[in-house]
Amino acid sequence: MSNVVVPTTLDEALALLAADPQLSPLAGGTDFMVEVNHGARRPVRVLALRAVAELRGWRRDGDVLVIGAGCTYVSMADPAFAVAAPALAQAARTIGSPQIRNMGTIGGNLATASPAGDTLPVLMALGARVEVASTEGTRTLAVDELITGVKRTVLHPAELITSVRIPVARGPQEFCKIGTRNAMVISAAGIAVVLDREAHTVGCGLGSVTAAPVRATDAETFAAEAIDWSTLRAGAGTTERFGTLAADAATPIDDHRSTAAYRRHAIGVMARRALERCLS
Amino acid sequence: MSTQSYRLRVNGADHEVAEGWIGESLLDVLRDRLGLPGAKNACEEGECGSCSVLVDGVLSCACLVLAAAAIGTEITTVEGLGAEGALTDVQQAFIDAGAVQCGFCTPGLIVAIHDLLDQDASPERLVVEEALSGNLCRCTGYGRILEAVDLVAARRSAS
Repeated sequence: MSNVVVPTTLDEALALLAADPQLSPLAGGTDFMVEVNHGARRPVRVLALRAVAELRGWRRDGDVLVIGAGCTYVSMADPAFAVAAPALAQAARTIGSPQIRNMGTIGGNLATASPAGDTLPVLMALGARVEVASTEGTRTLAVDELITGVKRTVLHPAELITSVRIPVARGPQEFCKIGTRNAMVISAAGIAVVLDREAHTVGCGLGSVTAAPVRATDAETFAAEAIDWSTLRAGAGTTERFGTLAADAATPIDDHRSTAAYRRHAIGVMARRALERCLS
Repeated sequence: MSTQSYRLRVNGADHEVAEGWIGESLLDVLRDRLGLPGAKNACEEGECGSCSVLVDGVLSCACLVLAAAAIGTEITTVEGLGAEGALTDVQQAFIDAGAVQCGFCTPGLIVAIHDLLDQDASPERLVVEEALSGNLCRCTGYGRILEAVDLVAARRSAS
């Protein structure tokens, strides 16, 4: 058998993975190859997923958007995608550079499970469901069931992420992130706010301020009750209180990119602004 | 060490890579095995864009492409953009606009600008800035690079 395999179907990919525990899945390569180039990963055999047809692109299935695990960030920044999933399109457009957005995939963002993965707060706010497959069958997980810590997931070696399902937007959405420059920056803090005008709910996911993905549930509950859903307006002080509650849900750390205090402050400011932009 | 022999299609020609370590990036294979040093090696983590190439027409960082997994793709490097020995219009515009200082970022920028102008013949400044945001230049301050882009767009629309 070749040491690098490039299957064209999902069944073939899953069979290869089941037969060989030393086979490393490779999606867009934007995380994988950084580790290889820096000597932090020495692959024995590689399963390149780029040619697997079932993993590519996205489609709308009624009220649900089905995003293939191999869907690239540039595909998610597409205007047609942005209509159905505005916050995810915003997040996709802020990731890396054009080169990175051409290569990196949503499945890779989930599997890498970095606290700074920019799609993760959006997927949390949306209540996304991640489909995972092996030759044994498929299972569906929430993002916070899939990712349990810094670069830790519950994926078995023989499993692949195949798709992500999110509801088509039913109200305004916003994604914000902050870093040291506009382009090519890893988030010091990020936030997604999603309003559902039919269910009268608010989703709020936090990025880069927790070890594993979380929703700011107190902030969500508060805003859902404070918003007048017929007019999309809210009383004085609502967005400030929302910001405070969102910041309370953050458990950031000091590291080379920022400080815990700055990150918590930034979450509060960005949560307030994001909700302001969602409201009329 | 895990190796593999494979064939890559680069600038319209097939190249054999014999017994390559499977972790080798496309950048290393281009530079060290195929004698194509146009793509430059700086950060090896996709941050600088100096190794920009086209893979099946998609602008990519060669340092982030696993070479052995690029079989079956059409790879274009800066060496393959123009006819043998001739400058492309983007390269000529870089000379005319004085957009080259140390030159290290230049090949990556040339590839990225060809990619941009193939998709958008007369891009607005903000579009150009976003399109080139993955290509770092530490000498020029970008002003003359942006001028070169405008120059190519103007010359192409005039011809």
